[in-house]
Amino acid sequence: MDKARIGTCWLDGCAGCHMSLLDTDEGIIAVLRKADIVFGPLVDAQEWPEGVDVAIVEGAVSSQDDLKLALTLRSRSRIVVALGDCAVTGNVPSMRNGIPRRELLERIYVEGATVCPGVPTDGVPALLKQAEPLHSAIKVDVHVPGCPPKANAILMVLGDLLEGREPDLGSKLRFG
Amino acid sequence: MTEKVKVRIDGEVIAATAGQTILEVARTNNKYIPALCYMEGLSTVGACRLCMVEVSGVARLLPACTTPVQEGLAVATTSPQLESYRKMALELLFAERNHVCAVCVSSGHCELQTLAQEHGVTSVRYPYSYPRLPVDTTHPRFVLDHNRCVLCSRCVRTCAEVEGAHVWDLAGRGVGSRLVSELQRPWGEATSCTSCGKCVQACPTGAMAEKGFGVEEMTKRRAAVSRLTSMREGE
Ligand code: SF4
Ligand code: SF4
Ligand code: SF4
Ligand code: FES
Repeated sequence: MDKARIGTCWLDGCAGCHMSLLDTDEGIIAVLRKADIVFGPLVDAQEWPEGVDVAIVEGAVSSQDDLKLALTLRSRSRIVVALGDCAVTGNVPSMRNGIPRRELLERIYVEGATVCPGVPTDGVPALLKQAEPLHSAIKVDVHVPGCPPKANAILMVLGDLLEGREPDLGSKLRFG
Repeated sequence: MTEKVKVRIDGEVIAATAGQTILEVARTNNKYIPALCYMEGLSTVGACRLCMVEVSGVARLLPACTTPVQEGLAVATTSPQLESYRKMALELLFAERNHVCAVCVSSGHCELQTLAQEHGVTSVRYPYSYPRLPVDTTHPRFVLDHNRCVLCSRCVRTCAEVEGAHVWDLAGRGVGSRLVSELQRPWGEATSCTSCGKCVQACPTGAMAEKGFGVEEMTKRRAAVSRLTSMREGE
């Protein structure tokens, strides 16, 4: 039987959800018997590949690059999982949303800077007006709230999806 | 003058007293109806609409916290329709303000967060409104964070009915509604506030907290406020 293909990425997140994924410890071995991880921070691939079965996305959609990657992975993946509160609700990244971008950037990089004041523009993607949950940009199939979601919740979701079942999160998870 | 009546809750016949609300009867008989703006010992306002129930013979849904029971009343506390409306009501509360549970003093002890979990709310289908809201830190001991307020008015009623100070009110309409202390004066300058802290204890969310608590640290003693009124009734 062909192995399933999993891709993971983080947009505007803190990597905490990926840490939780690593916290699955040996649980990840059972997952890897059934699937390969074909994209992600630990995989040496430059571009989101075609034919991904399960896309696991951490982080809010906050910059042009986030939006581009979100659209790409949606078009190349069968099931998209929003992993963690930033992807699910906007969470901490969305706390900037009431503040106009220019005001925000100048407060931090000009008023707040002790050396080299100036809003960075080279090599960084432009910020979107607001940091939004993933489902505001693309269709999301499964939401896994938590900051970060517990390792066993991630294992449960992956287990279900790889067996072709729809995960029943019911009342198991909460925001925060 | 306590007239006894018989009602049915989810098919079970229950003896109640006329004048009790559906919610009170349900609670005393261990039947679960979700509620957020209701708090034992306070007057009822029917603000949050989470306690809506189906009453047979009545075409529309009724709030259990404000509807008195009468002889022969038959109530359904849950149904697919009620569940879907309750989820909507919860999601709208999240969409209306900035609820960032991950950095909230009340996370893990918050009635809104718990209700969302109980009802399987794992995401919010409505666009978030991200309002820019103030945090009032002028009181020496307490904080009011409008970002987390659900306008349940439990603090308003607690301060007016239990403490007798009536510092709080709701001003404005619709999504523009805000909790205000003493005609818009900052809380710290409200001369009628006795600093008793009862409003903080009654608040179901992280909107009111004692100063000096970090994320997840603020637990509340709501029952203490309810107990005060029940002790007075006994006098
Ligand atoms: S008040 Fe409750 S729901 Fe809102 S951010 Fe705090 S813990 Fe979350
Ligand atoms: S601390 Fe007491 S008196 Fe002051 S606003 Fe709260 S309930 Fe009212
Ligand atoms: S501050 Fe708390 S108790 Fe008062 S209206 Fe807001 S959520 Fe309710
Ligand atoms: S508890 Fe009845 S409307 Fe809020």
